[in-house]
Amino acid sequence: MSDIAIRIGGLSKQYQLGKRRKTYNTLRDTLTDAVLFPFRRLGEYLSGESSAARARDNTIWALRDVSLEIKRGEAVGIIGRNGAGKSTLLKILSRIVEPTKGYAEIHGRVGSLLEVGTGFHPELTGRENIYLNGGILGMRRAEITEKFDEIVEFAEVGRFIDTPVKHYSSGMRMRLAFAVAAHLEPEILMIDEVLAVGDARFQKKCLNKMQDIGQQGRTVLFVSHNMPAITRLCMRTILLDGGTVLHDGPSSYVVGMYLNSGLGTTAAREWTDPTTAPGEEIARLRAVRVRTDSGQVTDTVDVRQSVGIEMEYDVLKPGYLVVPNFQFYNEDGVHAFSTHDIDLGWRRIPRPAGKYVSTVWIPGNLLSEGTLFVNAGCETVEPRIFQFWEREAVAFLVVDNLDGESARGDYGGQIKGVVRPLLKWDTRYNDARGNGPLLAAEDM
Amino acid sequence: MHASDPLSPHAVSIIRIEPSHSWPSLGLHELWEYRELLYFFVWRDIKVRYKQTALGVAWAIIQPFFAMVVFSVFFGRLAKLPSDGIPYPIFSYAALVPWTFFANGLNHASNSLVGSAHLLTKVYFPRLMIPLCSVLSGLIDFILAFIVLLAMMFYYGITPTINILWLPLLLLLALISALGAGLWLSAMNVKYRDVRFILPFLTQLWLFVTPIVYPSSLLSELWRTLFGINPMAGVVEGFRWALLGKPQAPGPMIIISAVIALLLLVGGACYFRRMEKTFADIV
Repeated sequence: MSDIAIRIGGLSKQYQLGKRRKTYNTLRDTLTDAVLFPFRRLGEYLSGESSAARARDNTIWALRDVSLEIKRGEAVGIIGRNGAGKSTLLKILSRIVEPTKGYAEIHGRVGSLLEVGTGFHPELTGRENIYLNGGILGMRRAEITEKFDEIVEFAEVGRFIDTPVKHYSSGMRMRLAFAVAAHLEPEILMIDEVLAVGDARFQKKCLNKMQDIGQQGRTVLFVSHNMPAITRLCMRTILLDGGTVLHDGPSSYVVGMYLNSGLGTTAAREWTDPTTAPGEEIARLRAVRVRTDSGQVTDTVDVRQSVGIEMEYDVLKPGYLVVPNFQFYNEDGVHAFSTHDIDLGWRRIPRPAGKYVSTVWIPGNLLSEGTLFVNAGCETVEPRIFQFWEREAVAFLVVDNLDGESARGDYGGQIKGVVRPLLKWDTRYNDARGNGPLLAAEDM
Repeated sequence: MHASDPLSPHAVSIIRIEPSHSWPSLGLHELWEYRELLYFFVWRDIKVRYKQTALGVAWAIIQPFFAMVVFSVFFGRLAKLPSDGIPYPIFSYAALVPWTFFANGLNHASNSLVGSAHLLTKVYFPRLMIPLCSVLSGLIDFILAFIVLLAMMFYYGITPTINILWLPLLLLLALISALGAGLWLSAMNVKYRDVRFILPFLTQLWLFVTPIVYPSSLLSELWRTLFGINPMAGVVEGFRWALLGKPQAPGPMIIISAVIALLLLVGGACYFRRMEKTFADIV
């Protein structure tokens, strides 16, 4: 028996650009394509552009020539910024998508957890969903029955076990789902960022459970943005960037490299060396920071508090209108909003050279819960020239501690939307026959 | 690894993942390995099928029964279509029971992959199970509608003959037909959502080219046999023969139907397996 659990050689995955956005074709597109194809070829021929060149331009390598060996019993962390290829790697290894090139050999039974609660059905009870979800994750029925009580106990759902899951709070649903997953006993376990859920206490419980799994000699592959969890659970960590392996080594070393290299998204980023700082002739980025209203740098913000995003930059050439700007994206990649400097003091006023700090204040009770990624950019107007644009310069987490004063009120479940303003509600009443004036609650 | 670890593998299974170049195998062995999951899926479908409906499981009977009532009034009474000497209501209902199973199975199977996008992109299991489960879970509805058919036979005083033993095979033929066509359409549906619009239309046309409201005896012997190219023609005529005691067995017709249905199934499974690797990327 070899001691290799996973062997990967030259693994690559190519995606067609735009394919992900436009999720499906219609027959009509294909038919028109077929009709237009000869003409297009003719056009390419005349313009001297080959279709192969066009195809190259329209594709992206999500994973490029990755080669790795993972030993039996090793716990390996996989880190990298969004779009680095972490999830693609896991999806290939779990046989959900097929690689474009290269190979991977998996020695042993795989359990992969790309999402908590895959296949949960809201109409089924907790008990039924344990069986269904367990089956989907690859557990046998007898195995589930054997561990059933343990799962229920871990999930802390107790007497609600025979209630349809649609009546569960989101926290309960999450706990139940993780409890099933935590009792999976494959030889190789692959986990993609599932600990970003639940309250802090339950997260800790999950981490402990996973540590147990690691100590039982199972091979674990763990993708996460949670650096402390990575260093705690994994001896070895692989840093991916742009689809290739950038670093591979002991976790503390690789995580340190990642955080210092500025690849990680953090509450503050600084470019101490002006020669490598992003920028052009007119302006140069020096730092981006997330601050609370009392001025501390923070990566966690109460949903009710205002938060300041600060950009520190040098203006190198005087006499230009310089406009710093930020774009905000949530963790689903949805563009929440953009903003640029409209400080009246500098509006339409060419700036002298020097060091600047511009801060935008986002009021409390505006953002939704979750992580927000901030792109920091700067351009001049008349003429319009980009100076720098730093993708995911910083990121911060908006949290709601559920004490009822936010837009949540007393609701504990999931609230969708990219913004969550605290709005005024007014509800009036009159009796069933519709007589008399409408009354507010306090008038009755 | 601990010696007591129940997972200590006697023989470690090695899976090799690489781009597929040729036509893949049907993967029947793997399908068998995952049979418990298939059971879970079918069980889930049956459990949730009539959740939050007012009439619940009665729908399984309402669909074919009311079609029978309408057909009996319009085609039987008004248009006076022949029914081989069998009372028109039971003549059409005996055909509508397998037809409803087929049509619902085909519809569910065709939409199954798109409806399971969240599973396709998150977990691995043999993808063939999704349309297969959609067809299988219709068996419960079939059984309920069939009980009504037995009651009607009793009402009309029809005693089944020994031919009723053929019924399971005829049901299997309906299942194969639904799955065969469903495999083609479900795989296409992932890429071309046109399938969603084709389906109602296709089912309706298929209903009329199947001898449900009329008997195939309207056709000459030769044409009747060729009619078996539509696998459901064989199923429907087979049902009438097996249950209602029509004297002449539609043997040649059923054989043609069975051959066509098997071709449809094998072809559909091959096409499905061929397209399968792209499902998670484009669904």
